[in-house]
Amino acid sequence: MSDRPHPLVALTRTRLLEFVREPEALFWVFMFPVLMALVLGFAFRDRPPDPIPVGVAAGPAAPELSAALARAGTVRPAVYADVAGGLQAVRTGRIALLVEDRGTLVYHFDPTRPDARLARLEVDDAIQRARGRRDPSPASEALVHERGSRYIDFLVPGILGLNLMGTGIWGIGFSIVNARLKKTLKLMAATPMRHADYLLAQMLSRFVFLILEVAVILAFGVAVFGVPIRGSVVVLVVLAFLGALCFGGMGLLVASRARTLEAANGLMNLVMVPMWLLSGVFFSSERFPKAVQPLVQALPLTALNNALRAVMLEGRSAAAVAGEAAIVAAWGLVSFAAALKIFRWQ
Amino acid sequence: MSDSASSAIVCRGLKKHYGDVRAVDGLDLEVRAGECFGLLGPNGAGKTTTIEILEGLTKPDEGDVVVLGRRWGSQERELRERLGVSLQESRLTEKLTVYETLSLFRSFYARGRDPERLLEDLSLEEKRDARVGKLSGGQRQRLAVACALAGDPELLFLDEPTTGLDPQSRLQLWERIAVYKAAGRTVLLTTHYMEEAERLCDRVAVVDHGRIIAQGTPADLIAGLGAPHILEFATEPAVGVGVLSGLRGLRDPRLRDGRWQLAAASLAEAVPALVEALERAGAKLVSLSTHRATLEDVFIALTGRELRDE
Repeated sequence: MSDRPHPLVALTRTRLLEFVREPEALFWVFMFPVLMALVLGFAFRDRPPDPIPVGVAAGPAAPELSAALARAGTVRPAVYADVAGGLQAVRTGRIALLVEDRGTLVYHFDPTRPDARLARLEVDDAIQRARGRRDPSPASEALVHERGSRYIDFLVPGILGLNLMGTGIWGIGFSIVNARLKKTLKLMAATPMRHADYLLAQMLSRFVFLILEVAVILAFGVAVFGVPIRGSVVVLVVLAFLGALCFGGMGLLVASRARTLEAANGLMNLVMVPMWLLSGVFFSSERFPKAVQPLVQALPLTALNNALRAVMLEGRSAAAVAGEAAIVAAWGLVSFAAALKIFRWQ
Repeated sequence: MSDSASSAIVCRGLKKHYGDVRAVDGLDLEVRAGECFGLLGPNGAGKTTTIEILEGLTKPDEGDVVVLGRRWGSQERELRERLGVSLQESRLTEKLTVYETLSLFRSFYARGRDPERLLEDLSLEEKRDARVGKLSGGQRQRLAVACALAGDPELLFLDEPTTGLDPQSRLQLWERIAVYKAAGRTVLLTTHYMEEAERLCDRVAVVDHGRIIAQGTPADLIAGLGAPHILEFATEPAVGVGVLSGLRGLRDPRLRDGRWQLAAASLAEAVPALVEALERAGAKLVSLSTHRATLEDVFIALTGRELRDE
């Protein structure tokens, strides 16, 4: 009979059907990243910083100081009946600084707290101006609110990368360990099915969903937060494909020997948690010490996130992110080859 | 043993142990092309390990296996094209429909049977578009056999194909296996159901502790007891073995659950002799039944244990 589907096609189709018939899986793939971007986006949305709470020690000058500070708007003054009470408030962090007018102004604050040092500058500035200081060089402010440099702009490519990793490793890993537990794998190994076909089908089925997944996250970022896509969408999609290949391969590898869901779960966490932390999803990976940078930069999620950000936010070309793309692809190919080699079918 | 040309399976000196457990302990077997061969034995006798070694899924520690004239280890895919396998515990993906499952398995074989025809063969047409998760045990088992038949195999391996099924589902499967065999194909199955072995198998091997302890056609094995009838009785008060030994035409007395079992060559001779002996001993018959000897009795005679010791 010649009308049989190619086994790779049949296996991929099977995997897709299994997946769409699993409502929870759909939720985790599509809704979870959107919810995460929504929550984080609102938490870090653009708005003027809150006024810093500061204290004014009671005394003849207190009403004047308090009024001057309130007018400045950058700090929120409260009057403390005695210095001891005000110092207590500084120590417990309720206020960033206490100002006392002993003829000369005394600022009580903890210099290791960044907002206290800021308060010191703001308070002094407000009081000196209110008391008639003249600046030798008048200054004016030109504020920058550029799309592409906000936290949410940083976050959306990171979430895209994170999601590619999560769905690749979880989606493939659990389905394989499940099939092994149910001995479906063993039954398939008893047929002439090519082992590589089975593993490839797992990855191919991911590619189909990937397109939707990427579209949902990017559309959400653009529509709700106005995140820019400055580079080529095609390059972004290619990067996403490479990411899916990479994490699909790692998912296969992680699940290649595990005999229980617990063991697989442990291995997945072992692989993913370091990348959640190190790979620049929520904050830049450049913040880690120089000594660990070679390791951090070699991680596939770091490379993927850097490439996604470079294309989306800086409008870089395909050639400019080829190095990162190569790292991502290499992880995928090596993982796939290793998984095929050591895969346990029963 | 005959040459392997007319043999579907030949294996010699098969051994496999897991830790201290010798699952298979020196097993020789020959399955002829075109026959249905049964591995019969209690749970844990080594049947599944044996069949999975023959299927090329488990590597034996020792021994030689030839399946359809080939050995496992090279060109396995070519060999697998000619085999059908149904495993004891494997579960098919519940989210797929019956038809989807069959066409998936069909896709693995270069040649094979049309999934629609397989549905008819196994009386699953009505369940064509039902999810596997919604099937009854019998339907699932029929689907598992249908999957094993997807490549239209020359040799079919069935590991406990009817365990846990209701009598009607069991009958349906037996019919299907008989049809497959009638087309000249070979079947190797494991079972702990005597009736299944007697009805389906041309020959059986009785397996215990990883070895074959008897082999032959069911009729020969039963005839080998030398006593085609089994008497079972209970008395009040109970009698000792002394009362029963030396009775004409009665052999192998065994006490099971307070009832005596004896093998008899002729009921006409054995029953009067038994009644007389019991009367002499002053015991009253509470119950007496007889049945024709089965493979179960063969197993008991060979091992002193029942086949379904659970």
